[in-house]
Amino acid sequence: MVSSPALSVRSAHIVLDGHVVAENLSLEFPGGRTTCLLGRSGVGKTSLLRHLAGLLPGTAPAGPVAYMAQRDLLLPWLSVLDNVRLGHRLRGDAAARHAAGPRARALLAEVGLGHHLDALPQTLSGGMRQRAALARTLCEDRQIVLMDEPFGHLDAVTRFDLQDLAARLLRGRTVVMVTHDPLEALRLGHEIRILSGTPFVPGPVIAPSGAVPRDPADPELLALQARLIGELRTGG
Amino acid sequence: MRPLVTALGLLAGWELLVWLARLPPYILPPPSRVAVVLMERRALLLEQAAWTGAEMMLGLALGLLLGAALAVLFAASAGWRRWALPLVIVSQAIPVIAVAPLLVLWLGYGMASKVAMAALVIFFPVVSSLYDGLRRTDPGWLELARTMDASPRAVLLQIRLPAALPAFASGARIAAAVAPIGAVIGEWVGASAGLGFLMTQSLARGQTPLAFAALFVLCLLGLALYVATDRLARRLVPWQPIQGD
Repeated sequence: MVSSPALSVRSAHIVLDGHVVAENLSLEFPGGRTTCLLGRSGVGKTSLLRHLAGLLPGTAPAGPVAYMAQRDLLLPWLSVLDNVRLGHRLRGDAAARHAAGPRARALLAEVGLGHHLDALPQTLSGGMRQRAALARTLCEDRQIVLMDEPFGHLDAVTRFDLQDLAARLLRGRTVVMVTHDPLEALRLGHEIRILSGTPFVPGPVIAPSGAVPRDPADPELLALQARLIGELRTGG
Repeated sequence: MRPLVTALGLLAGWELLVWLARLPPYILPPPSRVAVVLMERRALLLEQAAWTGAEMMLGLALGLLLGAALAVLFAASAGWRRWALPLVIVSQAIPVIAVAPLLVLWLGYGMASKVAMAALVIFFPVVSSLYDGLRRTDPGWLELARTMDASPRAVLLQIRLPAALPAFASGARIAAAVAPIGAVIGEWVGASAGLGFLMTQSLARGQTPLAFAALFVLCLLGLALYVATDRLARRLVPWQPIQGD
């Protein structure tokens, strides 16, 4: 696999509704690895991600990116399969769309929705919808994947399953994942950065050992989790 | 079942009122008399109903088509929005009834003026409901499409338009309910056939029971048009469950 490029932010100013979210911000996200951004609500994690995706006014995306928002954003009138290949449908390239069919099917089989290709999103549970959204994000086949609390409102068990799935399917890509869950960051992140303050400043790189997805029962992980929670409480 | 009981009760009260007040049938015919006329003149009524029904349906189709096309134009082009949208809104200040004689003057006593009238009446609810729907697309969907490098055209046709279909369906329901008004006003102003024409004719000749029979058929026709449109509208948005049935 071609290694995914690194992603960097250089002296960026992020302003949201007149509030300065970040000033003269420089950040480096290593290529082919997952970086988790932790921070309390309202610190500007989502703004940073939208800045990277080129969704804020006056910004352009850092390159071709796949973006996964907090909500699944499945289109209710399209089948699960058509939702997964939405990008190809929207770009209107008939050949690429045709080629995306088998890929979309394979991804849906991977996320356990192989038997729901023709179902409408409304017939799926929250966990299944989020898995379909994950498949759609991966079907874009971009080297850079931006995820905004993708599993935030799922129950604990479903979230664990999806974290395992995401870690496997995102291997080799440059991923920036926003989360408010320290355990999720510790399970999935090769690197973790804590954002704190207004305007926010990123903390030093925290790089837990071991391959992702990490075992949640690992004592080292749990000790790190306690440390992260402590830092979030004092830094917020 | 219950609405039927209510209706029967009202009819009985009407019959009783006519009988107690000894009203002559050319002022207010009892329902029993109207029923007899309905049976006796059914051939005439059916013929006129077919005419008016055709006017309503053609008017509805034309109004839906023109309204939808204009709403999409407004959503797609800032130029159209700037130059023509205010005009469409201001045009609603013109009472449609006042335009009816002009339409008859220009388009004649035949079906065309009634179709134009019905289309004119439903045009605005259709434009405003669909245009409103096109402007209220979930911003999350639009952002997703942006990260997927979608062209504005693809976003309009594949996301904004389907997302606006529930709003369009509401507009179509309103249109179906008011389309008969347009057709009948057109017939009152000047026509040579139709239920509205039959009503004015029979009232002028003192045949009030026949006018009531025509009114009854007109109600059935309007109801049928509404129910049919409602069915089609639901089929248009199968992903939207409707509560309260």
